[in-house]
Amino acid sequence: MGHFTKKSKAKPEISTASLPDIIFMLLIFFMVTTVLREQEVQVRTILPQAEALTKIEQKRYVSYIWMGPEKLRGNRFGETKVQIDDAVIDDLTNIRTIMYRKLTGEPRLIVSLRVDEESEMGIVTDVQQELRKGGTLRINYSSKRDISNL
Amino acid sequence: MGMLAKKKQRREAEIPTSSMADIAFLLLIFFLVTTTIDVDTGIGMTLPPELDEEIEPPPVKERNILKILINEQGQVLLEDKPSSVAQIRQEVMTHVTNNGQDARYAETPRKAVVSIKTDRQTPYNLYIQTLDEVWMAYFEIWDTDARALGYPNYQEYRSDLAEDAENEIREKWPAQISLAEPDPGAG
Repeated sequence: MGHFTKKSKAKPEISTASLPDIIFMLLIFFMVTTVLREQEVQVRTILPQAEALTKIEQKRYVSYIWMGPEKLRGNRFGETKVQIDDAVIDDLTNIRTIMYRKLTGEPRLIVSLRVDEESEMGIVTDVQQELRKGGTLRINYSSKRDISNL
Repeated sequence: MGMLAKKKQRREAEIPTSSMADIAFLLLIFFLVTTTIDVDTGIGMTLPPELDEEIEPPPVKERNILKILINEQGQVLLEDKPSSVAQIRQEVMTHVTNNGQDARYAETPRKAVVSIKTDRQTPYNLYIQTLDEVWMAYFEIWDTDARALGYPNYQEYRSDLAEDAENEIREKWPAQISLAEPDPGAG
């Protein structure tokens, strides 16, 4: 009883004890959903615009290939290069091995081609031929929604 | 002296949790800022598997193939006739929905093939525009079918399908788009 009287003497305060719990819940949500560090892209990829777009919901199946003019110092651009993960691929025949290895790890692999709109079809086709050799047949031409038509 | 020490000890028995929220907030803000919830959008395709050199690909009748050729200047040849990107959609729709009426177009929707061929120097942008038009033609056909089944559009029909159910619209009008090996071109 004496205990109760003591407590009532204390100034009424809003309990902040549960605040960290709430914040932690939010924090954990964002930690789980965050994909930290997208690979640093060393080529310029201004994606083309299109209408007939589909979304790739399963992000974990996606592997990216970037193609576009290489970013050089001083805002200049070099020749068109192909980048997978962190590395610029000089010998395109390596792609089949890289992709085959990825495919064995994830059979539902979708290769998303992020190609700069000014690239020429030659290199795109070469990469596609390599993908066929690697057996990764599901591809996606990454494009943005055409805003001007809406 | 003894009394004072006792009192102090009792007060310090609790760990102050008021700063915990601040720490959590800082972390939260960090993740809020770094998170990008963006979904990759694009045009999906399935490449043909690598062909066996010895096995001949199955013959496809000339009338069942709609040939689209885009050169490096962005000029379009539709069935060897000079045309434009804007005309592709209508032409594909005519081709696919022909059902054997016109001898120049496909016999049945299931046999219809659209072939896209570029030069090696053709800009990627033009290729995507062409591919987009071809897909939009199919989307329009599918939408029409979905509306006949009482859905507002094809997307609704598809999301309404069960996991293992057969996509009848897609079955009826399979989008068969062939990407031909490009010509070496002038360069």
